[in-house]
Amino acid sequence: MYKILLCLRYLRTRYIALASIISVMLGVATMIVVNSVMAGFTNEMRDRIHGFLADVVVESRSMSGIVDSTRQMAIVQDAAGEFIAAMTPTVEVPAMITYSDPVSGERFTQSIQLVGIDPGGKAQVGPLKTYLDSYNAVTDEGEVLRPSLRPADTAPGWELTDHAKKYRKMMKQQQMLFLREEVPLDGLPVPAPEFDGQQAPAADADSDVAPPEFNVASEQALATDDPPVAPPDFNTPLQSSTQARAAADPAAPLNARVFLGEQITSFQTRDPDTGKLHKVNMVNPGDDILITTIQSDTPPEPISFSATVVDMFRSGMSEYDGQLVLMNLEQLQKNRGMILNGEDAITSIQIKLHDYEDSDEVVKRLRAAFPPGAVTVSTWEAKQGLLLSAVEVETAILNVLLFMIIAVAGFGILAIFFMIVVEKTRDIGILKSLGASSKGVMSIFLSYGLGLGVVGSAAGVAIGLLFVHYINEIEDGLSWVTGRKVFDEKIYYFFEIPTQVNPLMVMWVAVGAIAIAVLASVLPARRASRLHPVRALRYE
Amino acid sequence: MSTTSQHQSPLETLKMTTPLISALAIEKSYVKGQHKVPVLYGAGLTAQRGEFISVVGQSGSGKSTLLHVMGLLDSPDVGEVLLEGKRIDNLQQSARDQLRNHVFGFIFQFYHLLPELTLLENVMTPLMIRHSFFSYWSKRKEIRQQAMDILQQVGLEHRIKHRPSELSGGEMQRGAIARALIARPEILLADEPTGNLDSSTGGEIMETLTQLNEDNQLTIVMVTHDEAVAQRAHRIVRLAEGRIATVAHEEAA
Repeated sequence: MYKILLCLRYLRTRYIALASIISVMLGVATMIVVNSVMAGFTNEMRDRIHGFLADVVVESRSMSGIVDSTRQMAIVQDAAGEFIAAMTPTVEVPAMITYSDPVSGERFTQSIQLVGIDPGGKAQVGPLKTYLDSYNAVTDEGEVLRPSLRPADTAPGWELTDHAKKYRKMMKQQQMLFLREEVPLDGLPVPAPEFDGQQAPAADADSDVAPPEFNVASEQALATDDPPVAPPDFNTPLQSSTQARAAADPAAPLNARVFLGEQITSFQTRDPDTGKLHKVNMVNPGDDILITTIQSDTPPEPISFSATVVDMFRSGMSEYDGQLVLMNLEQLQKNRGMILNGEDAITSIQIKLHDYEDSDEVVKRLRAAFPPGAVTVSTWEAKQGLLLSAVEVETAILNVLLFMIIAVAGFGILAIFFMIVVEKTRDIGILKSLGASSKGVMSIFLSYGLGLGVVGSAAGVAIGLLFVHYINEIEDGLSWVTGRKVFDEKIYYFFEIPTQVNPLMVMWVAVGAIAIAVLASVLPARRASRLHPVRALRYE
Repeated sequence: MSTTSQHQSPLETLKMTTPLISALAIEKSYVKGQHKVPVLYGAGLTAQRGEFISVVGQSGSGKSTLLHVMGLLDSPDVGEVLLEGKRIDNLQQSARDQLRNHVFGFIFQFYHLLPELTLLENVMTPLMIRHSFFSYWSKRKEIRQQAMDILQQVGLEHRIKHRPSELSGGEMQRGAIARALIARPEILLADEPTGNLDSSTGGEIMETLTQLNEDNQLTIVMVTHDEAVAQRAHRIVRLAEGRIATVAHEEAA
């Protein structure tokens, strides 16, 4: 009993020991905050990567693909159907996109990855609607600049929004107006737009292969709901056949429809007046772009076609947003010549499982179900293994470094305790003269260390959790104080700093800190217990 | 049972009963760096139950050391300490701790109350050491009552909530006496109890000790260098240079 009483009294009266608690507290709080933020980022990243890859992917070795999507999907269903929640076929090929700057008319060609999808199926296998611009409102720091253009419960498809339709109509009218009337300022011939719309005679409806061309788009004012005003274009007409087709319905969208990754045709500039970053897009929904890719024969022949942009998507991973163009699957198959005798070919099947734990089993079965060498089957983690393990290593190193802080705090406790034991030498002599055992004296100081560790850990946990909870407010405060935005949502693709508190992590950090405090008190406690009563009593 | 002060000749007492405590032929030296500094050369002391003995000598004569050895705070290099005829100086550490808690009470020149505890808690400390947490908790009312009784005996019941830093010298020494007595020891070992007090306060303390010795049959062995104080005991033992100086037993007044 005397041990507890003394321990508690020492805790209350010795403020210098509380100083050593502060470093324990800070170390614990820091570890909690850092781990939570890293876990939050990692999770977000994993979710975004996962979102685009689905759980398990079956990919053909050749770009000509595997024939008959229905049959292939049936093979998958037979082999591992009970684990599968949804699946969708896709065709993935490398490609080029060509578009032009609406202001200067300059043409850009970029390399992209072209993925033909069935939006309904893709939406079942992973998030799609949340990525598409038309389903989301445009905000800037919480302010809504443009509400979402499609209601959230509409199934994703290839139809233009009303907004885009108005824009497109206006664009085409502009082009018609300026046809044959203007000579471009730089004197270079600028071919007329080619219209691959719905024409009354169905003769050429399937073939929309055309000579290289481009479409001029104007900069769309994103900030308002009204149809944008288009600046004058530079167009001269080509041959009459194009005009004949143009007469039918110039504003109808082309057969090939695409969702563009929003980083492909856009760039960021800093507004000179406000200093804020904002995104400028050269191509908008309603515009047409040119795609060049390869057909599926051997050796593969290049093929170009125009496509209408239906929507932009933003997944949050710049790898995808700057590389991917999603297209309607059937049109891509047609253009590539992947449809023969009514059977279509596909290059991959994306599969979503009921429970990701079964993924290894599913992969095993699917590998056995397909003829060897025809396809590769992998989980999304296997495909992204390098990136994920790099993040894990990073987290581990951070944890070790931060734990050093607490270890250093332990040495502080050691030093202070030594001092306290020396200060208490006579009292220890008294206690021994009253019959206290050496073990008893030792346990006074051990429990003192334990008490300090518990108090420091608890305070650290409380501070750490509070910090994580209010981290966005703190970030606002810091930005206000320093005058610079600490966490720019445009750079990081998050609106708020993502955090995830793992209770197990918190527990381990707290336990570790307490353990260090107790360990640090062992040496001084032993010294206290070994004091000779008479010498201790005489200590000056 | 009521007692009247007994003034038998110690020789008769020896014949009739085993002495409560006796230290025989104690030799003790301290190691200071390379040298061994001898302090006691075969000194010894015997006390009967209820005796009040002073040990007198100059500083350096080893009287405190003798007291410490008797109270098992230290071990003799040569010699024995017997409690009711049984050897206690060679016991295990835990047994020695127990004896110190149950049998011996100590008071020192510099009071040595624990500064973080109140007077009441200081007095209860020996019992807190004696009992484990649970048995203390179940007995805490009795223990508190015991402490209050002792404090009343020494006249400190109004100061129980004070810290030692708020008490006067005499109060602290009386508090130390109370602490030494709460465990109902058989022997009180006092090392210069009045050394740090002025003569009037010192006199009060001696009054208290004498009272306790007479009322409770408490055996007291007191070390002092003050002749006047020493005279208040039944018997004086003189130490000089580590040895008993006189063989003839002086009777005190």
